[in-house]
Amino acid sequence: MFSNVIPILLAGLLTENMILSKFLGICPFLGTSKKIDTAFSMSVAVTLVMIIATAVTYPLYAYVLTPLGLQYLQTLLFILVIAAIVQLLEITLKKYIKSLYQALGIYLPLITTNCAVLGITMLNFTKGYNYFDSLINALAAGLGFMLAMVIFAGVRERLDRSDIPEFLKGLPITLIAAAIVSLSFLGFAGIGG
Amino acid sequence: MEILYAVLIITAVGFVFGIILSVASVIMHVPVDEKVSKIRECLPGANCGACGYTGCDGYAEAIASGEAEPYKCTPGGKATSEALSELLGVEIKTEQFVAVVGCNHGLDKANVDYLYEGRQSCASVKLLYGGQLQCKYGCLGFGDCVNVCDYDAIKIVDGIAKVNREKCVGCAKCAKTCPSSVISLIPYDTKVTVNCHNLEKGAVSRKKCSASCIGCMKCTKVCETGAISVENFLAHIDTAKCINCGKCAEVCPQGCILVH
Repeated sequence: MFSNVIPILLAGLLTENMILSKFLGICPFLGTSKKIDTAFSMSVAVTLVMIIATAVTYPLYAYVLTPLGLQYLQTLLFILVIAAIVQLLEITLKKYIKSLYQALGIYLPLITTNCAVLGITMLNFTKGYNYFDSLINALAAGLGFMLAMVIFAGVRERLDRSDIPEFLKGLPITLIAAAIVSLSFLGFAGIGG
Repeated sequence: MEILYAVLIITAVGFVFGIILSVASVIMHVPVDEKVSKIRECLPGANCGACGYTGCDGYAEAIASGEAEPYKCTPGGKATSEALSELLGVEIKTEQFVAVVGCNHGLDKANVDYLYEGRQSCASVKLLYGGQLQCKYGCLGFGDCVNVCDYDAIKIVDGIAKVNREKCVGCAKCAKTCPSSVISLIPYDTKVTVNCHNLEKGAVSRKKCSASCIGCMKCTKVCETGAISVENFLAHIDTAKCINCGKCAEVCPQGCILVH
Protein backbone atom coordinates (compact mmCIF):
# COMPACT_ATOMS: atom_id res chain seq x y z
CA MET A 1 0.00 0.00 0.00
CA PHE A 2 2.78 2.38 0.91
CA SER A 3 5.28 1.28 -1.72
CA ASN A 4 3.85 3.77 -4.20
CA VAL A 5 4.07 6.76 -1.89
CA ILE A 6 7.64 7.86 -2.59
CA PRO A 7 7.49 7.50 -6.41
CA ILE A 8 4.21 9.42 -6.46
CA LEU A 9 5.57 12.17 -4.23
CA LEU A 10 8.72 12.47 -6.34
CA ALA A 11 6.72 12.59 -9.54
CA GLY A 12 4.35 15.23 -8.20
CA LEU A 13 7.16 17.38 -6.85
CA LEU A 14 9.71 17.14 -9.64
CA THR A 15 9.24 15.03 -12.76
CA GLU A 16 5.56 15.71 -13.32
CA ASN A 17 5.30 19.06 -11.63
CA MET A 18 1.81 20.45 -12.14
CA ILE A 19 2.95 23.85 -13.35
CA LEU A 20 6.40 23.38 -14.81
CA SER A 21 5.94 20.03 -16.58
CA LYS A 22 2.21 19.75 -17.21
CA PHE A 23 1.57 23.48 -17.66
CA LEU A 24 -1.61 23.46 -15.60
CA GLY A 25 -2.50 26.31 -13.27
CA ILE A 26 -0.50 28.90 -15.22
CA CYS A 27 -2.96 31.64 -14.28
CA PRO A 28 -2.20 31.67 -10.54
CA PHE A 29 1.45 30.93 -11.39
CA LEU A 30 1.70 34.27 -13.19
CA GLY A 31 -0.93 36.13 -11.21
CA THR A 32 -0.01 35.47 -7.60
CA SER A 33 3.74 34.95 -7.76
CA LYS A 34 4.80 38.56 -7.25
CA LYS A 35 5.66 38.02 -3.60
CA ILE A 36 6.81 34.91 -1.79
CA ASP A 37 4.23 35.14 1.01
CA THR A 38 1.20 35.49 -1.29
CA ALA A 39 2.58 32.67 -3.46
CA PHE A 40 2.82 30.52 -0.35
CA SER A 41 -0.74 31.31 0.83
CA MET A 42 -2.10 30.52 -2.61
CA SER A 43 -0.24 27.22 -2.72
CA VAL A 44 -1.55 26.17 0.70
CA ALA A 45 -5.11 26.89 -0.44
CA VAL A 46 -4.61 24.96 -3.70
CA THR A 47 -3.10 21.96 -1.90
CA LEU A 48 -5.99 21.86 0.56
CA VAL A 49 -8.62 22.01 -2.17
CA MET A 50 -6.80 19.42 -4.33
CA ILE A 51 -6.84 16.84 -1.55
CA ILE A 52 -10.46 17.42 -0.55
CA ALA A 53 -11.60 17.52 -4.18
CA THR A 54 -9.86 14.21 -4.88
CA ALA A 55 -11.37 12.65 -1.77
CA VAL A 56 -14.88 13.51 -2.98
CA THR A 57 -14.62 13.09 -6.76
CA TYR A 58 -12.92 9.68 -6.69
CA PRO A 59 -15.86 7.75 -5.16
CA LEU A 60 -18.32 9.69 -7.33
CA TYR A 61 -16.49 8.64 -10.48
CA ALA A 62 -15.71 5.09 -9.46
CA TYR A 63 -19.05 4.16 -7.91
CA VAL A 64 -21.58 6.36 -9.71
CA LEU A 65 -20.36 7.33 -13.17
CA THR A 66 -18.45 4.18 -14.16
CA PRO A 67 -21.21 1.61 -13.39
CA LEU A 68 -23.69 3.68 -15.39
CA GLY A 69 -21.24 4.23 -18.26
CA LEU A 70 -21.48 7.99 -17.93
CA GLN A 71 -17.74 8.80 -17.81
CA TYR A 72 -18.24 11.64 -20.27
CA LEU A 73 -19.96 13.62 -17.49
CA GLN A 74 -16.63 13.74 -15.63
CA THR A 75 -15.69 17.34 -16.47
CA LEU A 76 -19.11 18.78 -15.74
CA LEU A 77 -19.58 16.89 -12.50
CA PHE A 78 -16.06 17.56 -11.21
CA ILE A 79 -16.35 21.30 -11.76
CA LEU A 80 -19.66 21.28 -9.92
CA VAL A 81 -18.14 19.35 -7.03
CA ILE A 82 -14.99 21.50 -6.81
CA ALA A 83 -17.02 24.72 -6.83
CA ALA A 84 -19.22 23.42 -4.03
CA ILE A 85 -16.20 22.24 -1.99
CA VAL A 86 -14.45 25.58 -2.28
CA GLN A 87 -17.60 27.32 -1.09
CA LEU A 88 -17.96 24.90 1.80
CA LEU A 89 -14.30 25.29 2.73
CA GLU A 90 -14.66 29.06 2.70
CA ILE A 91 -17.67 28.99 5.02
CA THR A 92 -15.96 26.56 7.37
CA LEU A 93 -12.71 28.51 7.53
CA LYS A 94 -14.55 31.78 8.11
CA LYS A 95 -16.28 30.24 11.09
CA TYR A 96 -13.54 28.21 12.71
CA ILE A 97 -10.10 29.36 11.50
CA LYS A 98 -10.53 33.08 10.95
CA SER A 99 -6.82 33.77 10.71
CA LEU A 100 -6.31 31.27 7.88
CA TYR A 101 -9.40 32.63 6.15
CA GLN A 102 -7.94 36.13 6.23
CA ALA A 103 -4.53 34.95 5.11
CA LEU A 104 -5.95 33.13 2.09
CA GLY A 105 -8.31 36.02 1.37
CA ILE A 106 -9.23 36.40 -2.27
CA TYR A 107 -7.26 33.31 -3.38
CA LEU A 108 -9.71 30.79 -2.01
CA PRO A 109 -12.66 31.65 -4.30
CA LEU A 110 -10.25 31.98 -7.22
CA ILE A 111 -9.38 28.29 -6.94
CA THR A 112 -12.92 27.34 -8.04
CA THR A 113 -11.88 27.60 -11.67
CA ASN A 114 -8.26 26.54 -11.25
CA CYS A 115 -7.42 23.98 -13.92
CA ALA A 116 -4.69 22.41 -11.77
CA VAL A 117 -7.34 21.23 -9.30
CA LEU A 118 -9.60 19.87 -12.03
CA GLY A 119 -6.52 18.40 -13.71
CA ILE A 120 -5.36 16.42 -10.69
CA THR A 121 -8.81 14.90 -10.08
CA MET A 122 -8.94 13.69 -13.69
CA LEU A 123 -5.31 12.54 -13.94
CA ASN A 124 -5.85 10.15 -11.05
CA PHE A 125 -8.05 8.00 -13.30
CA THR A 126 -5.90 8.09 -16.42
CA LYS A 127 -3.05 6.80 -14.26
CA GLY A 128 -5.20 4.09 -12.71
CA TYR A 129 -4.46 5.02 -9.09
CA ASN A 130 -6.50 3.55 -6.27
CA TYR A 131 -8.15 5.78 -3.65
CA PHE A 132 -5.14 6.03 -1.33
CA ASP A 133 -2.69 6.64 -4.18
CA SER A 134 -4.97 9.34 -5.54
CA LEU A 135 -4.93 11.20 -2.25
CA ILE A 136 -1.12 10.98 -2.09
CA ASN A 137 -0.97 12.15 -5.69
CA ALA A 138 -3.15 15.16 -4.84
CA LEU A 139 -0.87 16.02 -1.92
CA ALA A 140 2.22 15.61 -4.11
CA ALA A 141 0.75 17.79 -6.85
CA GLY A 142 -0.11 20.45 -4.26
CA LEU A 143 3.41 20.41 -2.86
CA GLY A 144 4.82 20.54 -6.38
CA PHE A 145 2.60 23.54 -7.05
CA MET A 146 3.95 25.17 -3.90
CA LEU A 147 7.56 24.44 -4.87
CA ALA A 148 7.13 25.97 -8.32
CA MET A 149 5.27 29.00 -6.96
CA VAL A 150 7.81 29.78 -4.25
CA ILE A 151 10.81 29.31 -6.56
CA PHE A 152 9.24 31.51 -9.19
CA ALA A 153 8.21 34.16 -6.66
CA GLY A 154 11.87 34.32 -5.63
CA VAL A 155 12.87 34.76 -9.27
CA ARG A 156 10.32 37.55 -9.71
CA GLU A 157 11.39 39.39 -6.58
CA ARG A 158 14.90 39.35 -8.03
CA LEU A 159 13.59 40.54 -11.42
CA ASP A 160 11.97 43.56 -9.75
CA ARG A 161 15.41 44.79 -8.77
CA SER A 162 17.05 44.23 -12.14
CA ASP A 163 17.69 46.50 -15.04
CA ILE A 164 15.42 45.02 -17.68
CA PRO A 165 15.35 46.26 -21.30
CA GLU A 166 12.27 48.40 -21.91
CA PHE A 167 10.63 46.07 -24.43
CA LEU A 168 10.84 43.09 -22.06
CA LYS A 169 9.44 44.78 -18.96
CA GLY A 170 6.42 43.23 -17.27
CA LEU A 171 4.87 40.08 -18.70
CA PRO A 172 7.47 39.27 -21.42
CA ILE A 173 10.38 38.88 -19.02
CA THR A 174 8.10 36.98 -16.62
CA LEU A 175 7.20 34.47 -19.32
CA ILE A 176 10.85 34.06 -20.36
CA ALA A 177 11.84 33.50 -16.74
CA ALA A 178 9.01 30.96 -16.36
CA ALA A 179 10.27 29.11 -19.41
CA ILE A 180 13.80 28.94 -18.01
CA VAL A 181 12.58 27.69 -14.62
CA SER A 182 10.46 25.11 -16.45
CA LEU A 183 13.48 24.04 -18.49
CA SER A 184 15.43 23.42 -15.31
CA PHE A 185 12.67 21.08 -14.11
CA LEU A 186 13.04 19.12 -17.35
CA GLY A 187 16.36 18.03 -15.92
CA PHE A 188 14.52 15.96 -13.32
CA ALA A 189 12.97 13.69 -15.94
CA GLY A 190 13.97 10.12 -15.21
CA ILE A 191 14.08 10.41 -11.42
CA GLY A 192 11.65 8.08 -9.67
CA GLY A 193 10.58 6.31 -12.84
CA MET B 1 -32.79 6.38 -21.28
CA GLU B 2 -29.11 7.13 -20.77
CA ILE B 3 -29.59 10.85 -21.15
CA LEU B 4 -32.14 10.67 -18.37
CA TYR B 5 -29.56 9.14 -16.02
CA ALA B 6 -27.10 11.86 -16.90
CA VAL B 7 -29.60 14.61 -16.18
CA LEU B 8 -30.70 12.89 -12.99
CA ILE B 9 -27.17 12.45 -11.65
CA ILE B 10 -26.10 16.02 -12.29
CA THR B 11 -29.34 17.32 -10.80
CA ALA B 12 -29.01 15.05 -7.78
CA VAL B 13 -25.39 16.00 -7.10
CA GLY B 14 -26.19 19.67 -7.56
CA PHE B 15 -29.19 19.33 -5.27
CA VAL B 16 -27.24 17.51 -2.56
CA PHE B 17 -24.41 20.06 -2.60
CA GLY B 18 -26.96 22.87 -2.66
CA ILE B 19 -28.56 21.52 0.49
CA ILE B 20 -25.20 20.93 2.18
CA LEU B 21 -24.10 24.48 1.38
CA SER B 22 -27.30 26.10 2.58
CA VAL B 23 -27.29 24.05 5.78
CA ALA B 24 -23.62 24.91 6.32
CA SER B 25 -24.18 28.60 5.76
CA VAL B 26 -26.94 28.57 8.38
CA ILE B 27 -25.04 26.50 10.93
CA MET B 28 -21.77 28.32 10.48
CA HIS B 29 -23.23 31.75 10.06
CA VAL B 30 -20.82 34.39 11.28
CA PRO B 31 -22.83 37.36 12.45
CA VAL B 32 -21.51 40.50 10.81
CA ASP B 33 -21.61 43.31 13.29
CA GLU B 34 -23.94 46.05 12.07
CA LYS B 35 -21.58 48.58 13.58
CA VAL B 36 -18.73 47.29 11.42
CA SER B 37 -20.62 47.68 8.16
CA LYS B 38 -21.73 51.18 9.14
CA ILE B 39 -18.19 52.22 10.02
CA ARG B 40 -16.97 50.64 6.80
CA GLU B 41 -19.37 52.86 4.82
CA CYS B 42 -17.76 55.98 6.29
CA LEU B 43 -14.26 54.96 5.20
CA PRO B 44 -12.98 55.89 1.75
CA GLY B 45 -12.44 52.30 0.59
CA ALA B 46 -9.02 52.93 -0.90
CA ASN B 47 -7.53 50.00 1.07
CA CYS B 48 -4.26 51.91 1.21
CA GLY B 49 -3.24 50.59 4.63
CA ALA B 50 -2.18 54.00 5.97
CA CYS B 51 -4.00 53.20 9.22
CA GLY B 52 -1.81 50.17 9.77
CA TYR B 53 -4.55 47.60 9.21
CA THR B 54 -5.04 45.20 6.31
CA GLY B 55 -7.50 47.51 4.57
CA CYS B 56 -10.67 49.46 5.18
CA ASP B 57 -12.49 46.28 6.31
CA GLY B 58 -9.79 45.45 8.80
CA TYR B 59 -9.73 49.00 10.14
CA ALA B 60 -13.54 49.10 10.46
CA GLU B 61 -13.44 45.93 12.55
CA ALA B 62 -10.67 47.35 14.70
CA ILE B 63 -12.67 50.53 15.37
CA ALA B 64 -15.80 48.56 16.19
CA SER B 65 -13.96 46.39 18.68
CA GLY B 66 -12.45 49.48 20.30
CA GLU B 67 -8.95 48.37 19.41
CA ALA B 68 -8.16 51.34 17.15
CA GLU B 69 -8.78 55.05 17.43
CA PRO B 70 -11.09 56.44 14.76
CA TYR B 71 -8.74 59.14 13.47
CA LYS B 72 -6.12 56.98 11.81
CA CYS B 73 -7.54 57.29 8.32
CA THR B 74 -5.33 60.01 6.83
CA PRO B 75 -6.46 59.82 3.18
CA GLY B 76 -10.08 60.21 4.28
CA GLY B 77 -9.10 63.40 6.05
CA LYS B 78 -11.60 65.63 7.73
CA ALA B 79 -14.71 64.30 5.96
CA THR B 80 -14.14 60.74 7.14
CA SER B 81 -13.32 61.78 10.68
CA GLU B 82 -16.47 63.87 10.92
CA ALA B 83 -18.65 61.08 9.59
CA LEU B 84 -17.09 58.66 12.04
CA SER B 85 -17.44 60.99 15.01
CA GLU B 86 -21.10 61.46 14.19
CA LEU B 87 -21.62 57.72 13.95
CA LEU B 88 -19.74 56.81 17.11
CA GLY B 89 -20.86 59.84 19.10
CA VAL B 90 -17.34 60.77 20.18
CA GLU B 91 -15.30 63.83 19.61
CA ILE B 92 -12.43 63.19 17.25
CA LYS B 93 -9.40 65.29 17.01
CA THR B 94 -8.46 65.36 13.41
CA GLU B 95 -4.81 65.65 12.85
CA GLN B 96 -3.59 66.15 9.33
CA PHE B 97 -0.25 64.55 8.69
CA VAL B 98 2.21 65.33 5.93
CA ALA B 99 5.33 63.56 4.79
CA VAL B 100 8.69 65.19 5.32
CA VAL B 101 11.98 64.17 3.72
CA GLY B 102 14.58 64.06 6.47
CA CYS B 103 17.53 64.92 4.26
CA ASN B 104 18.81 68.16 2.86
CA HIS B 105 21.98 67.42 0.94
CA GLY B 106 21.05 69.18 -2.31
CA LEU B 107 23.25 68.81 -5.35
CA ASP B 108 26.77 69.66 -4.22
CA LYS B 109 26.74 69.19 -0.44
CA ALA B 110 26.95 65.42 -0.16
CA ASN B 111 30.03 63.49 -1.25
CA VAL B 112 29.56 60.34 -3.25
CA ASP B 113 31.41 57.01 -3.15
CA TYR B 114 30.80 56.26 -6.80
CA LEU B 115 28.80 57.41 -9.81
CA TYR B 116 25.81 55.20 -10.42
CA GLU B 117 24.68 54.54 -13.96
CA GLY B 118 22.51 51.47 -13.49
CA ARG B 119 18.74 51.17 -13.22
CA GLN B 120 17.38 54.52 -12.07
CA SER B 121 15.80 53.36 -8.84
CA CYS B 122 16.60 54.01 -5.18
CA ALA B 123 15.96 50.35 -4.35
CA SER B 124 18.56 49.24 -6.90
CA VAL B 125 21.26 51.71 -5.92
CA LYS B 126 20.68 50.88 -2.25
CA LEU B 127 21.77 47.32 -2.98
CA LEU B 128 25.17 48.55 -4.20
CA TYR B 129 27.19 49.36 -1.05
CA GLY B 130 24.15 51.02 0.54
CA GLY B 131 23.85 53.75 -2.08
CA GLN B 132 26.05 56.10 -4.03
CA LEU B 133 26.28 58.68 -1.22
CA GLN B 134 28.97 58.46 1.41
CA CYS B 135 26.26 59.17 3.97
CA LYS B 136 24.23 55.97 4.12
CA TYR B 137 21.28 57.74 5.79
CA GLY B 138 20.48 60.20 3.02
CA CYS B 139 18.00 60.60 0.20
CA LEU B 140 19.25 58.71 -2.85
CA GLY B 141 17.29 60.90 -5.24
CA PHE B 142 16.12 58.39 -7.84
CA GLY B 143 12.49 59.02 -6.99
CA ASP B 144 11.01 55.68 -5.91
CA CYS B 145 8.76 57.82 -3.68
CA VAL B 146 7.65 59.92 -6.68
CA ASN B 147 6.54 56.76 -8.47
CA VAL B 148 4.33 55.50 -5.64
CA CYS B 149 2.70 58.84 -4.79
CA ASP B 150 -0.93 58.84 -5.91
CA TYR B 151 -1.32 62.56 -5.28
CA ASP B 152 1.59 64.03 -7.24
CA ALA B 153 2.79 65.53 -3.97
CA ILE B 154 6.47 64.61 -4.07
CA LYS B 155 9.13 65.59 -6.59
CA ILE B 156 12.87 65.33 -7.03
CA VAL B 157 14.41 68.78 -6.91
CA ASP B 158 18.21 69.10 -7.23
CA GLY B 159 18.71 65.42 -6.57
CA ILE B 160 16.57 65.25 -3.46
CA ALA B 161 12.90 64.50 -2.78
CA LYS B 162 10.72 67.44 -1.84
CA VAL B 163 7.17 67.18 -0.50
CA ASN B 164 4.42 69.57 -1.52
CA ARG B 165 2.70 70.02 1.84
CA GLU B 166 -0.55 71.24 0.31
CA LYS B 167 -0.96 68.20 -1.94
CA CYS B 168 0.25 65.58 0.55
CA VAL B 169 -2.50 63.62 2.32
CA GLY B 170 -0.20 61.71 4.64
CA CYS B 171 -0.85 58.21 3.30
CA ALA B 172 2.75 57.21 4.11
CA LYS B 173 3.22 55.24 0.89
CA CYS B 174 6.47 57.10 0.16
CA ALA B 175 7.72 56.50 3.70
CA LYS B 176 7.17 52.76 3.27
CA THR B 177 8.82 52.69 -0.16
CA CYS B 178 11.97 54.66 0.67
CA PRO B 179 14.83 52.14 1.05
CA SER B 180 16.77 54.62 3.20
CA SER B 181 13.75 55.24 5.47
CA VAL B 182 14.42 58.94 5.14
CA ILE B 183 10.76 59.99 4.85
CA SER B 184 8.59 60.32 7.93
CA LEU B 185 5.18 61.76 8.81
CA ILE B 186 4.72 64.84 10.96
CA PRO B 187 1.61 66.80 11.94
CA TYR B 188 0.71 69.46 9.37
CA ASP B 189 0.94 72.15 12.05
CA THR B 190 4.60 71.47 12.67
CA LYS B 191 6.54 73.78 10.39
CA VAL B 192 10.09 73.23 11.66
CA THR B 193 11.94 70.01 10.91
CA VAL B 194 15.43 68.58 11.22
CA ASN B 195 16.28 67.51 7.70
CA CYS B 196 19.00 65.01 8.47
CA HIS B 197 19.05 61.39 9.57
CA ASN B 198 22.76 60.85 10.07
CA LEU B 199 23.60 59.18 13.39
CA GLU B 200 27.37 59.40 13.06
CA LYS B 201 29.63 61.69 15.05
CA GLY B 202 29.75 65.29 13.86
CA ALA B 203 33.33 65.07 12.60
CA VAL B 204 32.51 61.99 10.53
CA SER B 205 29.22 63.15 9.12
CA ARG B 206 30.55 66.62 8.28
CA LYS B 207 33.19 65.09 6.00
CA LYS B 208 30.53 63.14 4.14
CA CYS B 209 27.98 65.91 3.74
CA SER B 210 28.11 69.63 4.39
CA ALA B 211 24.40 69.72 5.28
CA SER B 212 24.46 67.07 8.00
CA CYS B 213 23.47 67.49 11.62
CA ILE B 214 26.69 67.39 13.65
CA GLY B 215 25.05 67.32 17.07
CA CYS B 216 26.53 70.69 18.16
CA MET B 217 23.58 71.36 20.52
CA LYS B 218 23.23 75.00 19.45
CA CYS B 219 19.56 74.47 18.66
CA THR B 220 18.82 72.93 22.08
CA LYS B 221 20.29 76.00 23.81
CA VAL B 222 18.26 78.49 21.84
CA CYS B 223 14.96 76.59 22.07
CA GLU B 224 12.62 78.27 24.57
CA THR B 225 10.23 75.38 25.04
CA GLY B 226 12.79 72.60 25.35
CA ALA B 227 11.38 70.88 22.30
CA ILE B 228 14.74 69.90 20.82
CA SER B 229 16.93 67.14 22.11
CA VAL B 230 20.10 65.69 20.65
CA GLU B 231 20.52 61.95 20.69
CA ASN B 232 23.12 59.92 18.79
CA PHE B 233 24.54 63.17 17.39
CA LEU B 234 21.22 64.00 15.76
CA ALA B 235 18.77 66.75 16.77
CA HIS B 236 15.16 65.73 17.26
CA ILE B 237 12.15 68.05 17.54
CA ASP B 238 9.28 67.08 19.82
CA THR B 239 6.27 68.13 17.74
CA ALA B 240 4.07 68.43 20.83
CA LYS B 241 6.31 71.11 22.38
CA CYS B 242 7.47 72.96 19.25
CA ILE B 243 5.89 76.39 18.78
CA ASN B 244 7.32 76.92 15.28
CA CYS B 245 9.34 79.98 16.30
CA GLY B 246 12.15 78.99 13.94
CA LYS B 247 14.99 80.16 16.20
CA CYS B 248 16.75 76.83 15.94
CA ALA B 249 16.82 77.13 12.16
CA GLU B 250 18.54 80.49 12.46
CA VAL B 251 21.40 79.25 14.62
CA CYS B 252 21.98 75.90 12.91
CA PRO B 253 25.51 76.14 11.45
CA GLN B 254 24.87 73.35 8.96
CA GLY B 255 21.52 74.69 7.79
CA CYS B 256 19.83 71.37 8.26
CA ILE B 257 16.88 72.66 10.29
CA LEU B 258 14.30 74.05 7.89
CA VAL B 259 11.14 76.11 8.32
CA HIS B 260 8.49 75.01 5.81
